[in-house]
Amino acid sequence: MRVKVALFATCLTDTFFPSTARAVVRLLERLGCSVEFPLDQTCCGQMHFNTGYRDHTKPLARKYTDVFKGYDFVVAPSGSCAGMVREIHPTLGESPPRTFELAEFLVDVLGVTDVGAWFPHRVTYHPTCHSLRMLGVGDKPMALLRAVKGLDLVELPDSTQCCGFGGTFAIKNAETSTAMLADKMRCVLDTGAEVLSAGDNSCLMHIGGGLSRLRAGVRPVHLAEILASTEEDPWRATP
Amino acid sequence: MASAREEILARIRNAKVPAAPQVVRGYNRKGPGGVEMFAERVADYRAIVHTVSGVPEALAPLKGKRIVAPQGVPQEWLIDGVTWLHEPLSIEDLDRADGVLTGCAVAIADTGTIVLDGGEAQGRRALTLLPDYHLCVVRADQIAASVPEALERLESTRPLTFISGPSATSDIELNRVEGVHGPRTLEVLIVT
Amino acid sequence: MARNPVTWLGSPTFPKAAHKALADTQLRQNLRKATGTIRARRAAAVIEMNDWEQLRVAGEQIKDDVLARLDTLLVQLEESVTARGGVVHWARDAAEANQIVLDLCREENANEVVKVKSMATAEIGLNEALEAGGVHAIETDLAELIVQLGDDRPSHILVPAIHRNRSEIREIFQRRMGVEVSDEPADLAEAARVYLRQKFLTTKVAVSGANFAVADTGSIVVLESEGNGRMCLTLPETLITVMGIEKLVPTWQDLEVFLQLLPRSSTAERMNPYTSVWTGVTPGDGPQKFHLVLIDNGRTATLEDSIGRQALRCIRCSACLNVCPVYERTGGQSYGSVYPGPIGAILTPQLVGDMHDPQAASLPYASSLCGACFEVCPVRIDIPSVLTHLRAEVVEAKGRTAESIAMAAAAWMFREASRYEKAQKAGALARFLARDGRITSLPWPGSKWTSSRDVPAPSAESFRSWWRKNRG
Repeated sequence: MRVKVALFATCLTDTFFPSTARAVVRLLERLGCSVEFPLDQTCCGQMHFNTGYRDHTKPLARKYTDVFKGYDFVVAPSGSCAGMVREIHPTLGESPPRTFELAEFLVDVLGVTDVGAWFPHRVTYHPTCHSLRMLGVGDKPMALLRAVKGLDLVELPDSTQCCGFGGTFAIKNAETSTAMLADKMRCVLDTGAEVLSAGDNSCLMHIGGGLSRLRAGVRPVHLAEILASTEEDPWRATP
Repeated sequence: MASAREEILARIRNAKVPAAPQVVRGYNRKGPGGVEMFAERVADYRAIVHTVSGVPEALAPLKGKRIVAPQGVPQEWLIDGVTWLHEPLSIEDLDRADGVLTGCAVAIADTGTIVLDGGEAQGRRALTLLPDYHLCVVRADQIAASVPEALERLESTRPLTFISGPSATSDIELNRVEGVHGPRTLEVLIVT
Repeated sequence: MARNPVTWLGSPTFPKAAHKALADTQLRQNLRKATGTIRARRAAAVIEMNDWEQLRVAGEQIKDDVLARLDTLLVQLEESVTARGGVVHWARDAAEANQIVLDLCREENANEVVKVKSMATAEIGLNEALEAGGVHAIETDLAELIVQLGDDRPSHILVPAIHRNRSEIREIFQRRMGVEVSDEPADLAEAARVYLRQKFLTTKVAVSGANFAVADTGSIVVLESEGNGRMCLTLPETLITVMGIEKLVPTWQDLEVFLQLLPRSSTAERMNPYTSVWTGVTPGDGPQKFHLVLIDNGRTATLEDSIGRQALRCIRCSACLNVCPVYERTGGQSYGSVYPGPIGAILTPQLVGDMHDPQAASLPYASSLCGACFEVCPVRIDIPSVLTHLRAEVVEAKGRTAESIAMAAAAWMFREASRYEKAQKAGALARFLARDGRITSLPWPGSKWTSSRDVPAPSAESFRSWWRKNRG
């Protein structure tokens, strides 16, 4: 039986990084899932909640439950948003449907680490804080990347340190955020990688935004896009 | 006006903190323990450790020194050639002594700790504090495997001092340096 | 009501203070080195324990039990201490506590006291209060001494002088002690030994804090490294211990958990060099007069908050500071309080108890919510959750602001997919700001982002419109 999956694209990816969401669809379908995208979805409310707007968060959490109820699995290309749903929504009185970050869905639910991907580039991986500490995704993304053909995986020094994004933290404490970003970029550049990958476009937008400002020559690519890439249908940079 | 005591207690009651569930003690109460582990872990703190079968023979290096001997130190430890200092001793006497020889109440293998409780062969706390050198005799049967086992053997209302290596500090760049106010040399004789 | 001295008068908000600290390259270097060192050492000290998680859970539960039975346990502690010859005092706030200690010093005709490092006394500003009353307090912990001699403020819970490196410490010692000393840590430690020795031998009154107090036996526990604690707790005639009312454990057995959690979490040792335990007064051994001052100073108010009260589990190990990426870069003084770092960000505003205070209200935002603090906390304080909880209180206290209006608008937009989609389409127009797919400059508050990072242009086609076109 095909595993039926609802994709929670997340508002950030839907709007700014549609190629990531398309990659999730391609990848999951290739692995035999049937993917649906409930069009009524919007945002998990993380920005509101983390900034202190708990009351505004509640209707968004309720909406999430309503939109995705009935699905056995909801998959999001974001550890942070999946963490928000899984760890925070219940504290707001919701019983959200089972929601997974992409890597944990692939490894834990589908039971695959070799997804048949091909990505001939030197890659380093930043394990984002919420994937790591809220969801406990652990080594799963690395296991997936190690199985990608052609991929030269280089370990990121001090990988578990936060990149300094932190949602509105990047605005409210912009200078401290930038100081954290500087160290993260230094570590990325030290690897000599051509691609920086992560499971969250928010963190990638932050580190990538810094690397872009420096014209550093490292491209941020979401994990989903690497895993979706095959020899027949290889990853292409979207403009 | 209510006293501070009454007011604080009232505020606490007013906070209505719900009762907490029973504490689950899922951690290890015992451990592998043993003389070897104790010796190794004491030495990790740059204490000097010897495993000996008899105490008096091991005390020869004290000859020519002025060493504090608390009440209850076995007669056979008080070897000739050492100036033994006995109570009553003033702070100045202690400050001028070359060292102190004691037994201990309990030792902990897991953490390399010796514990003094002011009992036999240990004396009051100042005795093991002011001299710059502390020689502590630990019998193998005094070594508890773990912290929980050690606490069980101790009487909490006695004045206790847990000692793990010589005086040290981590206050300069968060790295450990030995030797500040307490004895700068700790030597441990484990008697098997 | 008097101002709570837990925050320093005139401290700027966190972002302003951080602005200055981030530019201090020496501070950045010192902190990077010190926190890097201790992080690695702590990890090594914890990994050799196969029951670490069980110890953490037990630590959390014991402390929760303490908070649930605090009134009973405090009364029990008072009884046990009194029965063993100690005198117990209660203080509602800092001023009351300081007055009690000052009066006790005067009773003993002491114009000088030696002090063991204590967060509680730092929190209430005891040294300043004693000084104003004509009693000079001598800090004897090496790092506290460095801060005191440098006319500085503390920046770390365990190592208040963490922001100073060896050469700065050398300079302070040479200037204030009038001695020649090298910058070797061993020589600096020796200088402190010599400087304080006579003080220890002659001062009649000591003031300490307490790491733990055992309710059923009345035993007080102090963990330390240097032996300055033992000096203060053993040699003077009078000992005054100041402790927060939450520092209790119910029974002697409970200490078996904390004596394992605390040293590994704070100094990354299996056991700290010295731990002293005393119960009231012991004839013929140590101080013959013992006073225990129990302070509230905002703790009972914190206790009322069902989420915030877990901050009272804190055993002051500072592991959360050492792993915090924000702390590592801004240092402790940016937090404007004796409690810096993640624990400070949740404890300080609660002790202050006023979210209208802009400095206190800025602290819960001094975190990227990365969660490293929760991961290492030996008593499992969920600091990120308390941070977001306190942020909600700040938002409520602030009322209507530009931010709250924008947030309300965003929430309204997200409540309906149709509105969201319209906003997406309107936002896609921002592509005109972009060159080569990136935006390098936005108006305020976006300028705070674009000051150091580019923004990707919104995609010409959102995922949902692609889906609708291809799959819908």
